[in-house]
Amino acid sequence: MSETENQSAGASTHGEGPFIAAIDQGTTSSRCIVFDKDGRIVAVDQKEHEQIFPKPGWVEHDAAEIWTNVQQVVTGALDKAGITKADVKALGITNQRETTLLWDKATGEPVHNALVWQDTRTDTLCRELGRNVGQDRFRRETGLPLASYFSGPKIRWLLDNVDGLRERAERGELLFGTMDSWVIWNLTGGPDGGRHVTDVTNASRTMLMNLHSMNWDEKICSSMGVPMSLLPEIRSSAEVYGEATGALAGVPVASALGDQQAALFGQTCFAEGEAKSTYGTGTFLLLNTGHEAVNSYNGLLTTVGYRIGDERPVYALEGAIAVTGSLVQWMRDQMGLISTAAEIETLASSVEDNGGAYFVPAFSGLFAPYWRDDARGVIAGLTRYVTKAHLARAVLEATAWQTREIVDAMQKDSGVELTALKVDGGMTSNNLLMQTMSDFLDAPVVRPMVAETTCLGAAYAAGLAVGFWSDTDELRANWKRAAEWTPDMEAADRDREYKNWLKAVQRTMGWIEEEN
Amino acid sequence: MARNIQSLERAAAVLRLLAGGERRLGLSDIASSMDLPKGTAHGLLRTLQQEGFVEQDEATGKYQLGAELLRLGTSYLDVHELRSRALVWADDLARSSGESVYLGVLHQQGVLIVHHVFRPDNSRQVLEVGAMQPLHSTALGKVISAFDPVAHSEAVDGERRRFTERTVTSLEDFEDVLELTRARGWAADVEETWEGLASIAAPIRDRRRMPVGAVGVTGAVERVCEDVTAGTGVVGSAAPPGAAGGAGGAPAEAELRAVLVAAVRDCARAVSRDLGARRF
Repeated sequence: MSETENQSAGASTHGEGPFIAAIDQGTTSSRCIVFDKDGRIVAVDQKEHEQIFPKPGWVEHDAAEIWTNVQQVVTGALDKAGITKADVKALGITNQRETTLLWDKATGEPVHNALVWQDTRTDTLCRELGRNVGQDRFRRETGLPLASYFSGPKIRWLLDNVDGLRERAERGELLFGTMDSWVIWNLTGGPDGGRHVTDVTNASRTMLMNLHSMNWDEKICSSMGVPMSLLPEIRSSAEVYGEATGALAGVPVASALGDQQAALFGQTCFAEGEAKSTYGTGTFLLLNTGHEAVNSYNGLLTTVGYRIGDERPVYALEGAIAVTGSLVQWMRDQMGLISTAAEIETLASSVEDNGGAYFVPAFSGLFAPYWRDDARGVIAGLTRYVTKAHLARAVLEATAWQTREIVDAMQKDSGVELTALKVDGGMTSNNLLMQTMSDFLDAPVVRPMVAETTCLGAAYAAGLAVGFWSDTDELRANWKRAAEWTPDMEAADRDREYKNWLKAVQRTMGWIEEEN
Repeated sequence: MARNIQSLERAAAVLRLLAGGERRLGLSDIASSMDLPKGTAHGLLRTLQQEGFVEQDEATGKYQLGAELLRLGTSYLDVHELRSRALVWADDLARSSGESVYLGVLHQQGVLIVHHVFRPDNSRQVLEVGAMQPLHSTALGKVISAFDPVAHSEAVDGERRRFTERTVTSLEDFEDVLELTRARGWAADVEETWEGLASIAAPIRDRRRMPVGAVGVTGAVERVCEDVTAGTGVVGSAAPPGAAGGAGGAPAEAELRAVLVAAVRDCARAVSRDLGARRF
């Protein structure tokens, strides 16, 4: 066989520059992707950083390592694309949300590792902050329940527990930021004139911003014991915050969006009622609710979707599912029923249905819409007939039913009927799951052509800010449907199966009897 | 009765000795329990080690079964694994070519479509995952038949139905087409399966260069082929010089757009690279 593997020229048809670069400062890694005008990926570079676990439940990142990695991946992506900073019209940023950092204004040194969103050390503090009101004490102003994810209580913990920080904060020596602020401050000069800013989406996850005024809430800051001198200026998600220094000197830094909001933007969910769902380890579903901040009575979060320059902010409802992709990993690593994640589909496809089995993966309690931390996982409906293939099917159905429950809650809160669900993330390669989702939702499920919607969203926002793209309509035209699954299930079957699922969910509750 | 080959018998005995549980044995243990001189046992072990059937622990020098033995039993590539590896590359091919992308594997006597990306014009299209295509007339089928001997025998033994006037049905012509496909590393289907449609496909290989499937684009013949008047008998410029002669008996092929051929082959290489980078 003499197949010649000569490099064929002219195969890739990326437009000539200019380009937009986007940094995704994520939980496990930092990435930089270069996009062309059509929104196509030109080059990617990525670097993982260390996960630091000082105690059970505590998760930290070394912010200095992260900043080093960010600089490396930016240079790496430009090198791989074969372009220089002159070809980059703007730089956008998206980031892991809520992760909290304090650093010294004069030296640029972090005063402690960043406390990562998953870190649960503020559990007790959050309960205390709830006083006699409970976890909804600040919900009306912030849209959020008092939970350990959000930044405000994390700042308070640092000031209370790290020697000397409270005093240094009072003297105005420290700055607070989520990872967007940390990256932008460093990009724009650091101690030498760096811009201390954040965007509305990231600010909306601190529990310190008033959703309606888009300003820091003085009362909440003082209830939480957070000096306002620490806080960055709140800006829109798409505007030029400043020019980069260093390797990218002169390139406008022009967008910041929390990762899930960036995915909403990248999926071009610009109209009220449009929703996206990102399937990873867990799943985040965001529904655009237009210019209205919709209060949730069904366990969802109210958050800012994005704000473009001086335009009115766009709000979103957010529902999180704790365990989706991680359930497949659990089947692989803990149960050993499959050897790769993709095999779950092979196994599940070998049977016609779930054989009567239902799997509710409430591994650490039930999230939206139940919020029951006394729940634990259940496999219900077992008989001798049930095989591992039926369980594989129940695993996939669990993700689909949990999505359905979030969508139902969103429709109740917003009164908006979902017309189609735009999906992204690793699990979208699972054809059976996507079809099952469409069947259970009784709505089309659509996968766009670019899977990297998070980075794309940040690139879009930055490109809008500098006029690289003219408006959101132009971005919409870039959105291409790669696949669509349409419902193919009898209504009676769907209703019966949903009833069974809900029954299984009931079985998980109250397992943990007394929480200490 | 034919004589058995002694060295193969001994090799099998070594494997049996090492089989079962986490067994690790030193050279002298193996030699003594097989009643062989150390030199002979070492020769057997060294050959088995080269083939990957036996591994030697660096620290202790002891031998154990190698990973290649496990792979023998499970060397098929899960099609869903293939799809998840191909996802980004197939998306990119659809965007750069402007056509729909299909990924197929051999299944029984045909090509099973395991992944499908819509043509990026946001028109109403139906997902064709799970559909079957014929081996002898489609670009995917020709590529798989050319590179996978099992598919080849299926295509040779099976019925080669005529779908259009251009379908190649005679065995001799079909073998010529496969010869050309092997020589240039890609295949085409210009209105041989469906009137008005043309396809280009290239092989996907795993890390041992075994063919596992094919990826290709399909679109209107006017877009996939250069603007030529039908039946001129000119073989595409994308084919290497001399290919025209080699394809002697096959019907004239319209000129496929070189940029599409290149994009399809790039995609196939990228997916192959991704598969190769990964251990089982």
